[in-house]
Amino acid sequence: MDPLLLSRAQFAFLIAFHFFLPAFTIGLASYIAVLEGLYLWTRRAACLRISAFWIRIFAVSFGMGVVSGIVMPFQFGTNWSRYSEQTAAIVGPLMGYEGLTAFFLEAAFLGVLLFGRKLVPPWAHFASAVIVALGTLFSAFWILAANSWMQTPAGFEFVDGRFVPTDWLAVIFSPSFPYRFTHTVVAVYLTTAFTVIGVAAWYLRHGRHVEESRIMIAMGFLLASVLVPAQAVIGDFHGVNTLHHQPAKLAAIEGIWESGHGQPAILLALPDETLEKNHAEIGIPKLASLYLTHDWNGYVKGLKDFPREERPPVAITFFAFRIMIAMWLVMLGLTVWAWLLHARRRLFTSGAFLRAATYSIPVGYIAVTAGWFTTEVGRQPWVVYGHLRTADAITPFLTGTDVAISLFFYVVVYAAIFGAGFYYLLRLVQRGMPEELPEPGPERRPARPLSAATR
Amino acid sequence: MILDLVPIWTAILAVSVFMYVLLDGFDLGVGILFPFAPDDKARDTMMASVAPVWDGNETWLVMGGVGMLTAFPVAFAIIFPALYFPVLAMLLGLIFRGVAFEFRPTAVTSRAKWDRAFCWGSLVATYAQGCILGKFVLGFETTGRQYAGSTWDWLHPFVLAVGVGLVFGYVLLGATWLVMKTEGSLQQWARAKARLALIGVLAFIVMVSVWTPLLHERIAERWFSWPNIAWFSPVPVVTTLLALWAWRSLARGSDAAPFFAAMGLFLVSYLGLAISLFPYIVPHSITLWEAATAPEGQAFLLIGTLFLIPVIFMYLGWSYWVFRGKVRADAGYH
Repeated sequence: MDPLLLSRAQFAFLIAFHFFLPAFTIGLASYIAVLEGLYLWTRRAACLRISAFWIRIFAVSFGMGVVSGIVMPFQFGTNWSRYSEQTAAIVGPLMGYEGLTAFFLEAAFLGVLLFGRKLVPPWAHFASAVIVALGTLFSAFWILAANSWMQTPAGFEFVDGRFVPTDWLAVIFSPSFPYRFTHTVVAVYLTTAFTVIGVAAWYLRHGRHVEESRIMIAMGFLLASVLVPAQAVIGDFHGVNTLHHQPAKLAAIEGIWESGHGQPAILLALPDETLEKNHAEIGIPKLASLYLTHDWNGYVKGLKDFPREERPPVAITFFAFRIMIAMWLVMLGLTVWAWLLHARRRLFTSGAFLRAATYSIPVGYIAVTAGWFTTEVGRQPWVVYGHLRTADAITPFLTGTDVAISLFFYVVVYAAIFGAGFYYLLRLVQRGMPEELPEPGPERRPARPLSAATR
Repeated sequence: MILDLVPIWTAILAVSVFMYVLLDGFDLGVGILFPFAPDDKARDTMMASVAPVWDGNETWLVMGGVGMLTAFPVAFAIIFPALYFPVLAMLLGLIFRGVAFEFRPTAVTSRAKWDRAFCWGSLVATYAQGCILGKFVLGFETTGRQYAGSTWDWLHPFVLAVGVGLVFGYVLLGATWLVMKTEGSLQQWARAKARLALIGVLAFIVMVSVWTPLLHERIAERWFSWPNIAWFSPVPVVTTLLALWAWRSLARGSDAAPFFAAMGLFLVSYLGLAISLFPYIVPHSITLWEAATAPEGQAFLLIGTLFLIPVIFMYLGWSYWVFRGKVRADAGYH
């Protein structure tokens, strides 16, 4: 057994499962902070009930995210020791800042958010919610800075076979970082929005928590109405950036083999890596050149102009990208449908729509996973694009059997843990919202009678 | 001249690892004691005593790992692959332990299953950490800057014995934590368990102190040559005093003193290890300085670390303050 292939499979497996959780909790943390803020501002009980409900779900998801996240840095050590040794001076500090600015922040204030409502004043509880949300965003910032640097490395020199940073701003804000960060944060916000919408739609279909569910659906679609169109624009910028910095990845995404002017947008095809062509290709002439170069006859390089050993696996990159786009289309369709129903005042009562919204809960998760596969598989055969090959990054003395054993245990344990976790999340949704309002914290008694009235 | 950052990084790494051992030590100890608790209500209380803080405590593990990657990448690239299976076992144990906190309150019929996951996860993670410690003391075979052994070299009687020692150590921390955080019959029970664990810990401290110099002549020389023996003689004396303090404070029925005495025992043992192993980061072949990375990487993270660590201590302290005092079984979600 090949330790390289197995190690790659193990890393892909672990990060794909881990990513499901931040894809949900980053957005959910912000949503909880907004709800807690709305409650403090309006004193509307429904906001507090919605928040208390999602906090329970957040706790389970966040716990799973923490335990599956701790596995990741240790993967660098156990399976990718040569990568670690060579990139340590750059990747180490970026991950270090993730710990210092995000993990401790989240951990300390999460305890207060989950268990402290009775122990601290309401403003401190709200502040804890905001800080936890900020922590999740800081975490995304640093980990995407590290990932973007691996995609479009900058601000370093290569000394004695090691990457040595020369300009930290260039390292952190590497060419793909601004696009990747915005694209990812918008994607995870959308994932959360459609999860919240789907759960609320399920409640409405069963006639439960009507007031709360309407609020959730309205908030979800308001966010989606802004972010779904915005994501198309951001995605386009990200694609143009990829064309400049990772042309081979872009050619694989588009399924373009021949270099040339006026490239078609290929909607569907079966890329064939041995024959270097597509089968059953359906495309729109010149469209790819238009959206990539903003010119009908713009020049785009094809895969054949890259040596075979510098091409990414074409089929995975090509299909993963199309799956992501398909999921975006579903989100767009639902959002447009929601506005049409809203105009006829049937948004909360249309059975077909509510059912479709519930079935669409997975679209965000599928989209972020497919997008992740597009960008990571598209980076191959490099781990640090253009500088360090994945094949040269693995721990040298690891045997295939070693990795097979660890991969087996990870798969078994993750199947059990994620299976159980998913089941408990469903149960929490089924159980529904708390009947009684959570008690507020120990507010300081007003010193003078008037101060209670003016607050 | 470039400032030598290695001593500062050594201190940061040492503090991170020690914070992890102390803090997650008591969480894991509570986990190991879990199935022996007198009743289910006691188990609820035990879990509630660590639920708000375990996540922050586990974060020190990430900081230790990432700190080593940043400052001593050569060591990171040797130690973690060499400990492939203990690290795997530790991570899987921590997964079961961590999710049990969240799954157990939600579960109805399978509550007992998550009780077991909590206990076994804690036990496996602790034993694996003990093996990692044992292998670290035993040393790694290297040629140049590469590991020259296999992924199974950690299988050694000394390593396996240190694993058991750490289980006693974490149980002592966990039991004394419970003495501090609980009252009534549960506190009585925790006192009894703490006393048993203390005996185990002392036995293992003696065993490791005798076995380590026998393993490596260099370590024997470090401790027993003149004038070192005079400098280091307070270590066993302080250890004895701390053990006596722990024992008597448990007998006297103090609340907090046993926990502090247990932490003191961990501190002197940790210092003892440092004395034995310094200046090696990959015992017994690669020194801290040989394993250090380019100063550019170290300096960037160092600036942030020096500013942020005090802030982190402040708000972590605040979150402990919020949950101060005795816990009650119903102190869960609300």
